[in-house]
Amino acid sequence: MKPVKLAISSVALIAASAGVAAARDHVQVAGSSTVLPYATIVAEAFAENTGMAAPVVEGGGSSAGLKQFCEGVGENTIDVANASRPIKPAEIETCKANGVANIIEVRIGYDGIVFASDINGPDFTFTPVDWFKALGANQVVDGQVVANSTTSWNEVNPDLPAQPILAFIPGTKHGTREVFEEKVILAGCEESGAMEAFAAANGGDEDKAEELCLAIRTDGKSVDIDGDYNETLTRVDSDKNGIGIFGLAFYENNTSKLKVATMSGVVPSTESIASGEYPVSRPLFFYVKKDHFGVIPGLKEFAEFFVADEVAGPDGPLAEYGLVSDPELATVQQAVADEVTLP
Amino acid sequence: MTDLTQTPAAIPTPTPAPRKGSLMVADKATIRRNRAEARFKAYGIGAICIALIALVFLLFTVIRDGAGAFQQTYVSIPVTLSADVVDPKGNRDPAEMAKVLTMSYGKLMDAALTDWMAANAVQIEGLSQADIKGFFSGQASAELRNMVLADPALVGQQVDATVLASSRVDGMFKGRVTDESAARDAKTSSQQIALARAMEEKGALVTRFNSDFITNPDASDNRPEAAGIGVAMLGSLYMMLIVLVLALPIGVAASIYLEEFAPKNRWTDLIEVNISNLAAVPSIVFGILGLAAFINFMGLPRSAPIVGGLVLTLMTLPTIIISTRAALKAVPPSIRDAALGVGASRMQTVFHHVLPLAMPGILTGTIIGLAQALGETAPLLLIGMVAFVSTYPSAPPEGLMDPASALPVQVYNWATRADPAFFERSSGAIIVLLIFLLCMNLLAIFLRRKFERRW
Repeated sequence: MKPVKLAISSVALIAASAGVAAARDHVQVAGSSTVLPYATIVAEAFAENTGMAAPVVEGGGSSAGLKQFCEGVGENTIDVANASRPIKPAEIETCKANGVANIIEVRIGYDGIVFASDINGPDFTFTPVDWFKALGANQVVDGQVVANSTTSWNEVNPDLPAQPILAFIPGTKHGTREVFEEKVILAGCEESGAMEAFAAANGGDEDKAEELCLAIRTDGKSVDIDGDYNETLTRVDSDKNGIGIFGLAFYENNTSKLKVATMSGVVPSTESIASGEYPVSRPLFFYVKKDHFGVIPGLKEFAEFFVADEVAGPDGPLAEYGLVSDPELATVQQAVADEVTLP
Repeated sequence: MTDLTQTPAAIPTPTPAPRKGSLMVADKATIRRNRAEARFKAYGIGAICIALIALVFLLFTVIRDGAGAFQQTYVSIPVTLSADVVDPKGNRDPAEMAKVLTMSYGKLMDAALTDWMAANAVQIEGLSQADIKGFFSGQASAELRNMVLADPALVGQQVDATVLASSRVDGMFKGRVTDESAARDAKTSSQQIALARAMEEKGALVTRFNSDFITNPDASDNRPEAAGIGVAMLGSLYMMLIVLVLALPIGVAASIYLEEFAPKNRWTDLIEVNISNLAAVPSIVFGILGLAAFINFMGLPRSAPIVGGLVLTLMTLPTIIISTRAALKAVPPSIRDAALGVGASRMQTVFHHVLPLAMPGILTGTIIGLAQALGETAPLLLIGMVAFVSTYPSAPPEGLMDPASALPVQVYNWATRADPAFFERSSGAIIVLLIFLLCMNLLAIFLRRKFERRW
C-alpha cells in the first residue's frame, strides 16, 4: 500500500506548497533578447549590492515580452518587459483592456545594429541604398517596377567587392528587424528614388509604395534568422559569403571572428552611435507596471538601479558590455523617481 | 481400387533427382542465400558503425569543447583595501560602506595589479589601462566587497586575494585565445597575453580544477568565468523529486488497476489507446498545457520547479504506465492462480505476489522515464524556466516555489550568449548532464540484473 500513501502525501505536499506561493519576493522580467544581457548584468549587480532577491530575467523577444506584460496585473504576471523598440499603441490598448493602466517607460540607452562578415573576407562599405538594391524584392529599372535579379554586390554598387549577395537578417519577431527595415531598407528606398517611382506606379498611393519598398526578396539571397545572433554567427561561419546583422554588443564580443562594415562611411562604435553619426541605431527600453510598486518588493529599487549612473552611465558595466549610454540619463532617472506613466 | 494399408514397399518411390555435385560444393541457390545473409550482416555492421561514429563524434566534440569548463584560471596577488575607495566617508559604518557599489572595487584590483608589476619588475611595452582593467572578472570586485562588508576592520589593510581572472585571460590557458585572435579581439590584446604569461611564470596565476562550475549559480553576460550549474542542478533535482513522488505512485496505481482489476470493455480500451497516444505527444504540448493549467489557472509561480515537475510528471506518466503494465503482464499467471488457490484475495495476490515480482521492470521503466524527463527542454521553455536565475532556491517544500533553472535549459541558455566562454560552459554542462543520464541508465541496468527472475 506504499504507493497509495505516497500519492496522498504528495498531494498534501503540493497543497501545502500552494499556500506558500502567496507572496513573490523577486522581480520577474521578460522580453527582448537584445536587452536580456543588460538586464542580467543589472539583476546580478542589483542582488549583489542591495541584498534584495535577484530578479529573474527571461528572454523571448520584445513582442512576446510585451504580450506577457499586458496579460494583467498581479503576482502571476511579469513586472518588467524589456523591449528593443517602443511599445505600440495597439499593445497599450491591450494592456489597458487587461487592467494594466499605469505603465512606466524607461529608456536605458542605445544599441547599434552592425553589418558584419567573415574576418578573412573583403571589406565592405555600405550605404542604405546598397542594401535596398540588394535585398528589396522590387526594383525600378527605366521607370518600370521589376523583380530584383542582382546576384553579386558589385552589380549593386561597383565600389563593393564581387561577392555573391547573401544576407542573414533577423526574423520578423525581432525588434531588430523593424529597425533594419525602417533605417536601412526604407531609407535606401527613399534615397534611391524608388519610393517615388513605386508611388507613381500605384497612382500616388504612399502606403502601397512603402509596402513595395519593404518587401524583401525571397529567392534565397536573404535568409531570415529567427534565433539569436549566435545562430547568425554560425551561418556566417559556415558560409563565408554571408553578411550578418548583429547588435553592436554582440559584435564587440566576437571581433576575433567578424569584420564590421561601415554604413554611409561611418564605422559603428559606441562613440559614433552616441553622437548620432552612425545611422542604424535604436533606443532600448524597459516597461514597468506602476501598480506593482509596493506590492513586489524591490521593483522600484530595481528600476532606479537599472538607470543609475554607476550602472547605465558611460563608465558602467552596461557600457562595458556594449550599450551606448543615454546622454539624457538624468532625465530618465528623474522620470523613474517620479513614476511618470505613459498617457 | 486402392488399398489404404499398402505396405511401404508397395509405394512407388519417386526417383530422387540425382544430386549434381556434393554437400562439399555449394550449388547456385545456396551460394545466393549465403550471399544474401552475408550482405545482411554487412548492412547490420554498417548500421552499427554509423551509430558508433555519430556517438564518438558527438562525445568527442562535446568533451573537446567542454573539458575547459572544469579548469579555471585564478590570480592571487596582494590587494590593498584603500580607505578612500571602500569607505569614502571614513566612518567605518557598514551601512555607509554598502553604498559603494561593486563597480568601484574594480579600481582596487587595477591598482593591485599595477603594484604587483612594479614589485616584480614586470614591464610590458604598450600595456594599456584597459588591458589591466580587463584582466579581472567582475566577480573579483564582488568578492572583495563582500569581504570588506563582512569585516570592516580590513579597510586600509593589505590582503592576499585569490580571484577569478577574466574569461579572455582564462581562454589564453585553454587555447581559446591565441596571439592571433587576441590581436583582432577588441576585449583583449597581445600585451595582455604577455602579462598573463609573465604572471604565470612568477606563480601569481594558476589554472586549477574549477569546483565553482559545479556549485556556482549562473552569472551575467559580463562574467562568463563565474557562471556555474549549481542552481540548474538543484532545479533539476527538485523537478525529478516531484516527478518521482507523483508519477511513480499514480502510474503504478493506474497500471495495476488497468492490468489486474479493470473489466475489459470499450472504456478501458479507449483509455488504453489514449495512454499509448499520450506517450507519443510532443513534449512542447505538455508545456502549453502546463502554462494554461498550472500557471494561468492554478496561479502557481513562473520559473518554479513545482510547475516544471508537474509538467514533466504528465509527460513521464504514460512511459511509466506502459512499462509497468508490461512488467505486470510478464508475471506468469501461475503465480496469481496459486495465490488465489490458497485463498488470497485479489488485492493480496497483487500486492503480495505480483507486484514484488514486477518491481524490477517497474523500476527500470521509472528510471528511464526520469532520465527522459531530466533531458527535456521544450516544455520548460513555456513555463519560464529558461531564465536567468542567480540565487539558489531554498530547501523544499518552500524551495519548490522559488525560481530555478534546469540542466538542459542551462545548456540552451549559455549556447545563445555572445561571449565565446559561455560556449565552453555550455559543453561542460552537457558533460555533466550526460554523466547523470549515464548513471541513471546504469542504475536501471543494475536493478534489472539484480532483481530480475526468469521462469
